[in-house]
Amino acid sequence: MADVLVVAEVAEGKLKKTTHSAITFAQKAAATIGGTFSILVIGDGAGKAAAEAQGFGAAKILVVEDASLKNYLAERYAPTVAAIGKNYGVVVGTASAYGKDLLPRVAARLGAGYASDITEVTPENGNLRYKRPMFAGNAFGICSISTPIQVVSVRQSAFAAAEPTGGQSPVETVAYAGPSKAAERVEFVSFDQVKSARPELTEARVVVSGGRALKEKFNQVLDPLADVLGAAVGASRAACDAGYAPSDLQVGQTGKIVAPQLYFAIGISGAIQHLAGMKGSKVIVAINKDADAPIFQVADYGLVADLFATVPELVKGIQAAKG
Amino acid sequence: MKILVALKRVADPDNANKVKIPASGEKIDTTGLEWKPNPFDEYALEAALRLTENGTQPKVRAGEVVVVTFGPKETETTLRAALATGADKAIRVDAADDKLDGDLVARALKALVEKEKPDVVLMGKQAVDGDSNQVGQILAELLDWPMATFAATIREEAGALLVGREVDGGVSTLRVKLPAVVTVDLRIVAPTSVYSTKTPQTHKYNDGVRFAALPAIMAAKKKPLVEVKLADLAPEQAMKVSYHGFAAPPARKAGIKVKDVSELVSKLKNEAKVL
Ligand SMILES: Cc1cc2nc3c(=O)[nH]c(=O)nc-3n(C[C@@H](O)[C@H](O)[C@H](O)COP(=O)(O)OP(=O)(O)OC[C@H]3O[C@@H](n4cnc5c(N)ncnc54)[C@H](O)[C@@H]3O)c2cc1C
Ligand SMILES: Cc1cc2nc3c(=O)[nH]c(=O)nc-3n(C[C@H](O)[C@H](O)[C@H](O)COP(=O)(O)OP(=O)(O)OC[C@H]3O[C@@H](n4cnc5c(N)ncnc54)[C@H](O)[C@@H]3O)c2cc1C
Repeated sequence: MADVLVVAEVAEGKLKKTTHSAITFAQKAAATIGGTFSILVIGDGAGKAAAEAQGFGAAKILVVEDASLKNYLAERYAPTVAAIGKNYGVVVGTASAYGKDLLPRVAARLGAGYASDITEVTPENGNLRYKRPMFAGNAFGICSISTPIQVVSVRQSAFAAAEPTGGQSPVETVAYAGPSKAAERVEFVSFDQVKSARPELTEARVVVSGGRALKEKFNQVLDPLADVLGAAVGASRAACDAGYAPSDLQVGQTGKIVAPQLYFAIGISGAIQHLAGMKGSKVIVAINKDADAPIFQVADYGLVADLFATVPELVKGIQAAKG
Repeated sequence: MKILVALKRVADPDNANKVKIPASGEKIDTTGLEWKPNPFDEYALEAALRLTENGTQPKVRAGEVVVVTFGPKETETTLRAALATGADKAIRVDAADDKLDGDLVARALKALVEKEKPDVVLMGKQAVDGDSNQVGQILAELLDWPMATFAATIREEAGALLVGREVDGGVSTLRVKLPAVVTVDLRIVAPTSVYSTKTPQTHKYNDGVRFAALPAIMAAKKKPLVEVKLADLAPEQAMKVSYHGFAAPPARKAGIKVKDVSELVSKLKNEAKVL
């Protein structure tokens, strides 16, 4: 089954941390099938970002840089990723917005089967078996792909970020394969970035999430708690829909999947779609004034109380406990 | 404008925690669960209706919406409901759920697109049972069409759509020239998310999807619903991804209720050791 190709995610000349989860997968998968893995760094500033791909034990680091790759468009990236991917047995990326957008297109170009958001990889008679969540995380399916090339995306929270251990991988520059025909009909217009000084939701050790109950006081109530904990802020769909929090913060089946050491669900009822995004957290705290809210069924520590009175008190308590 | 909407029916997503996995792990047992349209596909249909009307006169159709589903005979209920909501025509591709994978659905959709010649294919970003998030992207590549995934806003322009997409870190806006594939995200059904060229920019829709009125439900019985054989669209039906078994997620151990903030802080510090 040959070798594994990691499709790195690049932003502003840096490797995004999502990439490190795909590397962890590649290390495991390559060991399982007795092959090697390489890392493809494609995009604006790929040459610079490639230095950050050193030290993980990759057979090669492949760099593709071109002026037309400046703003990511699947129609521009997919032909090159597929042209390089066809020399590999498995092409993997992380199930971030980028990976989810790009990888199925790459799979289609390669005539490859695609399995998304996998949480586990195991050997099976020389092939690989993948475990992936379905039904909002209420079931796991175990699947395999029968095509000569397999394309998968991995769930970031299920594959711990790879740490560099040293060594140098040879760097190869590969020519840009050009855009697909479809690219002539799509134009990048803008990217409105939500700037935040907080850690990324999917990487944070602590996540403080708020729900519909917070109303316009979403930030006023949650920011001090997030500050004292160095936490990322998350939200329920209802809080995002109502505009209390940016959409990018939505945690859940159809938003971000998080698994921090500590998760606070504040004024969140605990709909299954929300639970799907945070059930994997190590310790869950719920604050809700309704003792019967379903969130308490998954919380390690539940506090039935009014959040507006409780959260400021909690901030003081944590400050004191931290000394 | 002619729009093709792919509509999958799924086991009631609000009861997804009631899916059962027999000890053998060979299948997922959804008995007792109601079938519902995939919410994202309902949103795609709503977006399609908004794009083919003047929002101030929703009773006058100004375009055509064709809905398609892949499934057994009983999925026609889902299609009839879509017709009642406003779609003009429905197609059921006769297929069994366990004989489909995302690639096969996309290949068959491609053949259907070549017959129906829509300007836009609108679909959900993901089916909430399989949670794969793949069919739209695969279809776009097979057609060599531009795509805009995870759409939260759509503005029709002459021969193009301006699409705001929810991605990591913010909103990315693309302009796709038609024909194109668009997959929709949750907020596409907000009051100011979708505008056809006919709908004034000052118009505000009701939040969410529209519901069928009784006369529309009666009228829907007369709208065309045709059946197509999967083999006529996709002669090659081998699946690329196969499922060998299913497993239940690990159960979380029961937690406790704390009486106040100081007990909570003390537990977090001394028991869970996470502060
Ligand atoms: C009993 C059972 C067994 C199964 N076995 C397998 C298997 O062995 N291998 C496998 O890969 N899958 C299997 N599936 C899942 C398969 O039937 C999925 O429908 C298929 O993989 C496509 O859905 P998705 O979840 O991947 O779609 P996604 O990519 O998540 O869906 C995106 C969009 O595509 C459209 N779409 C997807 N499916 C349909 C549809 N059926 N009709 C209309 N529109 C649709 C919708 O607009 C949807 O919003 C099985 C399902 C069941 C119930
Ligand atoms: C297709 C689809 C996908 C979805 N995807 C997601 C997803 O990814 N993520 C997600 O979160 N949701 C998702 N949802 C929505 C989900 O079903 C719920 O509607 C949503 O999670 C509810 O948000 P909430 O808990 O903030 O609001 P509510 O359910 O309204 O809960 C508010 C809670 O706050 C409590 N409360 C009120 N006032 C106070 C107070 N003063 N002090 C303390 N507690 C108080 C109430 O008791 C209640 O429990 C999805 C839904 C669909 C249909």
